[in-house]
Amino acid sequence: MIRTILTRIRQGHRTMQYPDGPPPRMPERFRGYPVVSSLAKAAIAAGGSAACPYGALTSEDGGTLDMGKCLFCADCPAGNIEFSAGYQLAATRRDDLLAHPGSEHHTVKQLSAELLRMFGRSLKFREVSAGGCNACEADTNVLSTIGWDLGRFGIQFVASPRHADGLWVTGPVSENMREAMLTTYEAIPAPKIVVACGACAISGGPYHDHKEVHNGVDTFLPVDLYVPGCPPHPLTILDGLLRLIGRVG
Amino acid sequence: MNSSVRTIYNGSAVPVAEIPSIDSTRFIQAVLDATGHGWRIASYFGTPDAGGTTLVCVLANNAESRLGLTRTHVPGRGFPSISSICPQAQLFEREAAEQCGLVFDDHPWFKPVRFHRPFVPGRDAWDRPADVPIRVGVMDYFQVAGDEVHEVAVGPVHAGIIEPGHFRFQCHGEEVFHLEISLGYQHRGVEKAVLGGPHPRTLHHMETLAGDTTIGHGQAYCMVMEALSGAKAPPRGEVLRGIALELERLANHAGDLGAIAGDVGYLPTSSFCGRIRGDFLNMTAVLCGSRFGRGFLTPGGTFFDITDAQRDDLLKRMADARRDLTSAVELLWNTPSVMARLDGTGVVTRATAVELGLVGLAARASGVKQDVRQDYPSGIFRMAHIPVATETNGDVLARAMVRWLEARKSMDFIEEHLRQLPAGGHRTPASPCGEGRIAVALTEGWRGEICHVAQTDAEGRFSRYKVVDPSFHNWQGLAMALRGQQISDFPLCNKSFNLSYCGFDL
Repeated sequence: MIRTILTRIRQGHRTMQYPDGPPPRMPERFRGYPVVSSLAKAAIAAGGSAACPYGALTSEDGGTLDMGKCLFCADCPAGNIEFSAGYQLAATRRDDLLAHPGSEHHTVKQLSAELLRMFGRSLKFREVSAGGCNACEADTNVLSTIGWDLGRFGIQFVASPRHADGLWVTGPVSENMREAMLTTYEAIPAPKIVVACGACAISGGPYHDHKEVHNGVDTFLPVDLYVPGCPPHPLTILDGLLRLIGRVG
Repeated sequence: MNSSVRTIYNGSAVPVAEIPSIDSTRFIQAVLDATGHGWRIASYFGTPDAGGTTLVCVLANNAESRLGLTRTHVPGRGFPSISSICPQAQLFEREAAEQCGLVFDDHPWFKPVRFHRPFVPGRDAWDRPADVPIRVGVMDYFQVAGDEVHEVAVGPVHAGIIEPGHFRFQCHGEEVFHLEISLGYQHRGVEKAVLGGPHPRTLHHMETLAGDTTIGHGQAYCMVMEALSGAKAPPRGEVLRGIALELERLANHAGDLGAIAGDVGYLPTSSFCGRIRGDFLNMTAVLCGSRFGRGFLTPGGTFFDITDAQRDDLLKRMADARRDLTSAVELLWNTPSVMARLDGTGVVTRATAVELGLVGLAARASGVKQDVRQDYPSGIFRMAHIPVATETNGDVLARAMVRWLEARKSMDFIEEHLRQLPAGGHRTPASPCGEGRIAVALTEGWRGEICHVAQTDAEGRFSRYKVVDPSFHNWQGLAMALRGQQISDFPLCNKSFNLSYCGFDL
C-alpha cells in the first residue's frame, strides 16, 4: 500500500492543462494544416490529380487539397506540399476539408442550441471500428487516459449503443462491417450525431475505391464531425470535440 | 530437406525457377518431414493461374537460421489436407481455399477465414453462387451438445474501442469447453490491391496492415523491396530502423501491461502505463512526426534522418520513461491480489504452442525460445544481439512478464544505439525490382514474427504478395488458452495476447 502511494506521488499529476492552459507541443515533424501557398505550385507540378494516389490534390481553384483524402504523407507523392504544425483539422462539413489558396481555415461549428442543451455537458459515444488499421482506434482510446482525461468534459465512450448519443466510426466501412455499423446506429436513440474519425472513415483512406470497402461513413449516414488524419493526432480529435460542445472556439 | 527444398536466408531473393516445383505427394512429404523435424510453417499460400494453383510453402528452421522454400502446381480443384497431422497448417489451408478456390480434402475445419470472394471469379471452394452475398460470420461453428451446455456469442461489436471479431464460447456454467473465433470484419483487400505493384499506395498499405505495427510490417516490406532490387540500406538507416522497431515494441508492451492491470481492476498501473505508452509514441513522433511511425521507413533506408538535438531529446525522454515505466510495472509484481489473478490463468503449454506454431511473445511465454531478431537477424540485429526473454508457464503472468523483460532490453538497445549512431547517409536511392524473383523477409514485430513474401513477374511487378501477421498464427493460441477457464477471464486472456484483427483480416 505504502509502495502504491509512493509510486503515485512519484508519477505525479499528469493531466494536461488544455483547454484552460496551452495545448501540448506538437512534434517538430508533425504534418498538419497545409500551407495553402504551397498548393498552387504542387498542383501545377503534379499536373492535376494523377500524382496523389488518393486524388487528394486537384488543380481546381488554383490547387485544392482535400484533407479528407490526404494521408499527410511525409514523402508527399503529389509534389512537396508543405504542411504546417496546425493541428486544427476537424470540420463540420465535408466541403470545409477542402483547402486552396485563398480558402478560409474552417473549424468545427458548435452544435445547435437544442443539441448543445442535451449534449453540451454529457456526450456519450458508441465506437464502431469498421475496416481500418486500428491506429485511429488507438489514438481515440488515448483520449480516455489520464494525460488527456476526456471525462473532464463529460465525453465518454460507452459499451451499449442504447446509452450513447452518437456513433463514432473509424475505418472505411468494410463491406463485412456495414451491417453491424448500421445496426449499431439504429440502436442509438435519437437525436444522435455521427463522427467520422480518420481518413478511412471520411473517404476510404488508403483503401479508397477498393471493392471490399465503402468510401467512408457518409456513404450511409449524415456526419456531424469529420476528423482528418492518418491517424489523427489526439489533439486534433480533442480540438474537434471541444469546439463541437462549445468549450473552445 | 533435400532436393525438395531451396534454402535461403532472411531478407534475400532468388529466381523463382530455383524453387523446386515438385509433385503433390513429394510436396506434402517435404512439409511433413520438415515440421516433424522442428521446422515451422512461416507462410503457406496459393497463387491462382490459368491452369490451376501454385502452392508455395515457406518453412523456417530457428536453430539453423535458414528458410526453406518449396512449391507444387495443383492442376485440379482438390488437394489433400495435412491439418489433422500438422495443426499449424489448418488456417493456411483454409486461407488458400478461400483465395484460390482449392478444396482441401478431409480438412477438419473447412470453413471460410475472411468471408470474401475468391481471387479468380467462379473458383469458389464452397461453390457459393456469385449473385448471393457472402455473409460474414455465418458458418458452421463447432458445437458442444448436452443438457447443461450453453453457447455464448460475442461480437462483432464489442464493449469498448476495439476492433471487430466474433467469438463463440461453448460453456458449462462458467467453464469454457471451447472457443471458436471467426474474423474477417476488417477485410479490405490489401493482398489483391498490391498485385501488379509496387504502386504509389503500396507503402501505405504496408504501414496500415496493422496500424500498431507500422514499423514491423513496413520494415518487412522494405526488406523485400531491397532484396528484389539489390539496394541496401546504409548502416545509419539500419540503426534508425532498429530504434523505431524497438520504440514500437515499447509503446505496445507498456500499453498492454497497463491494460492487463486494468482487466484485473488494478488501477494505478493501468493509469500510469496508459500515459507512458503515449510517451513512447511521442518519441516515434520525434523521428517522423507520426506517433505510429508513418512515413519513417522507405525502401533503401529511412525517409528521415535524426538531428543531434533530436537524439538528445530522445535520450532524455527515454530516461524519464524508463523511470516511470519501471515504477509503474513493478507495482504489479509486488501486489499479491494482482499476482493471484495473473498466475495460472489462461495457460498454453509448450507442447500446444509448438504444435500450433505460435510465434512471438506468446510462444516465448510458453517456453519456446524463438525470436526473429536472434534466429534470423537482419539489419542492425546482425551486429547487436538482444537476449531472448522467455518464461515457462504459458499463463497470463508469463505473457506479462515477457513483455516487461523485453521492454527493458528494448530500452537498453535504444539508449545504446542512440549514443553510437553511425555517421553517413540514412538512405540509398531505390531501384526497380528484379524480374521473376521471390523474396522472403521476416521481422520481429512486437507481437511476433511477421513474414512477407513477394514474387515478381517478367516485368518486375508483384505477381503475388503474401503477408503473415503474427496474429494469424496466434489466434488459435488464445482459443486454447480459454479451455477450462472461467468465461469471465476471457477479457484478461484476450488482453494478454492482444492480437490484431486487421493484421489477420488484411
